[in-house]
Amino acid sequence: MEYKIIERRMIVPNIHELVVEAEDVAKSVQPGQFIILRPDDKGERIPLSVSDYNPELGTVTAFFIEVGESTSLLALLKPGDTIPTFVGPLGLPTDIENFGTVVCVGGCFGIGSIYPIARALKEAGNTVHVLLEARSQYLIYWKERYEELVDSVFTITRDGTMGYPGHISLLPDILKEKNIKPDRFIVNGCTFLLNRTSDVTRASGVKTIVNMNPIMIDGTGMCGVCRLTVDGETKFACVDGPDFDGHLVDWDEFRQRRLTYYDEETAPLRKSGTGTEYHCKLIR
Amino acid sequence: MAEEKKKKSKIKPNRVNMPKQTPEERVRNFDEVALGFTEKLAMEEASRCLQCKKPKCREGCPVEVRIPEFIGLIADGNFKEAAKVMKDKNALPAVCGRVCPQEEQCEKLCIVGVKHEPVSIGRLERFIADWEASQDTLEYPKIAESTEKKVAIVGAGPAGLTVAADLVVKGHDITIFEALHEPGGVLIYGIPEFRLPKAIVKREMDYVQKLGVKVKYDFVVGKTRTIASLLEEYDVIFIGTGAGLPWFLDIPGENLNGVFSANEYLTRVNLMKGYLFPDYNTPIKRPRRVLTFGGGNVAMDCARTALRLGSDESHIVYRRSKKELPARGEEVENAEEEGVIFDFLTNPIKLVGDENGWLKGAECLKMELGEPDASGRRRPVPIEGSEFFMEADAAVCAIGNSPNPLIPRTTPGLKIGRKGNIEIEPETGKTSMERIWAGGDVATGTATVIMAMGAGRVAARSMHEYLSGGEQENDIYVKQ
Repeated sequence: MEYKIIERRMIVPNIHELVVEAEDVAKSVQPGQFIILRPDDKGERIPLSVSDYNPELGTVTAFFIEVGESTSLLALLKPGDTIPTFVGPLGLPTDIENFGTVVCVGGCFGIGSIYPIARALKEAGNTVHVLLEARSQYLIYWKERYEELVDSVFTITRDGTMGYPGHISLLPDILKEKNIKPDRFIVNGCTFLLNRTSDVTRASGVKTIVNMNPIMIDGTGMCGVCRLTVDGETKFACVDGPDFDGHLVDWDEFRQRRLTYYDEETAPLRKSGTGTEYHCKLIR
Repeated sequence: MAEEKKKKSKIKPNRVNMPKQTPEERVRNFDEVALGFTEKLAMEEASRCLQCKKPKCREGCPVEVRIPEFIGLIADGNFKEAAKVMKDKNALPAVCGRVCPQEEQCEKLCIVGVKHEPVSIGRLERFIADWEASQDTLEYPKIAESTEKKVAIVGAGPAGLTVAADLVVKGHDITIFEALHEPGGVLIYGIPEFRLPKAIVKREMDYVQKLGVKVKYDFVVGKTRTIASLLEEYDVIFIGTGAGLPWFLDIPGENLNGVFSANEYLTRVNLMKGYLFPDYNTPIKRPRRVLTFGGGNVAMDCARTALRLGSDESHIVYRRSKKELPARGEEVENAEEEGVIFDFLTNPIKLVGDENGWLKGAECLKMELGEPDASGRRRPVPIEGSEFFMEADAAVCAIGNSPNPLIPRTTPGLKIGRKGNIEIEPETGKTSMERIWAGGDVATGTATVIMAMGAGRVAARSMHEYLSGGEQENDIYVKQ
């Protein structure tokens, strides 16, 4: 099969927006689901959360961060190129109903993927607040899109260049200051953000849904590499998730499983092309 | 001519040996282990067949191949005709010749086998399929006039491919929906290159497509579209989604790094070509000491794959004894020759990790065999106080799979059995829902390629009957 790239651009440093023509997926995808693609015929199957879709145009949008060999191939794609695999939607959609007040937390590629969730929550009648978290202001995108959509948008940056200075642990204080009493948190982004947000909301007892992003191959329940422990039980993120209750996830195990292929994934990037290995001090 | 030979010569008691790569050689590559018969060897082996008037072997074949007939033609050197006879009943002979458990099926019933070694039916099947593929022109069966009936098949594995091949020749319009990016199901992601080269799967797939079967890849029925939505467009549906949910042992430590399901381990290597990493981008670990839990064909595949990936020691850890191994005899023999170490009557009870969450080894118990259980095999019973530790930096669970849950979970009205399987009428493959059939592992749980193909054949027959019946009704309707 061939799927046409409509757009591929670096929206903020190292985070790329990818728009692909995939009619069947565009017609059936729901907020919180993901797709799997391959950059070329020798490529890995890469799972990406869906950030937007247009059933009329038959397009699907996803964000990815360039971290290893496979995503570096994706980053080279140009509009008009084709990729051999684009399958989905996979996983269960995020639970959407009128919960009352929902705080959506997005970081990294999750700034994109929480967008259709926030939109659906609004449509269901919720009061929706969106928190975007990043190291610095230059890593925040789509803020204006959220401002048009939801009741309030606020940001936390590590260096204080936009919004609150610090990190996600400020969340309870910010909510207190703004007098927001959430009935639910929904978090999309890197493992660290999912884990830390679950930690800081635990005391409040407010349900915290995290959109998990483990290693996957087929994404249909067949291989079991995406397994994680939730409330003492083994679950497969691809068919039982990817959303889980962040207060019940075994985070230590999850983080450790994410690192299984760390060496293999980054080894090709350390090759200088001259036959000697180049060790980037940023990676190691 | 075969008749004459039979009368003249006494039965040769022993089978003709099929050339193989030597163990020392093959353990260092992923190329096919068995090299196949030459024409001369095939004719020699075929001449051992008695051409029984009432052939028993055929009864053992789930897809009813006319065995003595094709073997007789091989003995006569009429390979072209032999291939035709084979293809008439079996659309995937090169696959079946390699992976069927013939010793439990056709060869088990072979009359020669009563006193001597049975005729190598599987190897002859493989020979004739490979011979045909080596010819410039392939023979295609005649396709009936179009019925304009649309058939959706879910899953391009052995069951679905059989249904497709059987129904397309009847003039129906066939579309297969496949979740992965390649066709073949377990033939492509599960069975390793050294046992079933992927070029052969592709060849058989090309044949099915040449017959007019359409395939949509990257399409997950139950997700991309539901069964209900397909029913609006297609007259009938066949579900052959296989047993795609791996079982783990349900012991502590199973989520440690370095513990794999057989599906993951084999998919990385076979479908994703991890053994060619980094030329192919999917990584695979190359551990030093690998334990594979289980005793079936899949377990043998994993243990032998580990050796080819360069491990120093590859163990099969099995809780019963050698006699109970469910794997094909030939695969066990191959594994032994290659240096796989068998730890029989051994059961892991706990997987132990290091401080970084990587597997260090397995705590095991010694077992002894007790009374036979429901399967008729003697039940393994733990020996008290026999705990011991097996060091390992990787472990593979090859203890079976549940049926894939995607369609059962998204198809209200479809009757699902206790084990998550789709319930069918065994004689027809009909499910509890109108216009929907199912077969293969999704209905029976983990079984063999040929059982899935047999189930496909049964369903195809019933589906065709339904489609032809419907046609008559339509005619009557038009006349009114």
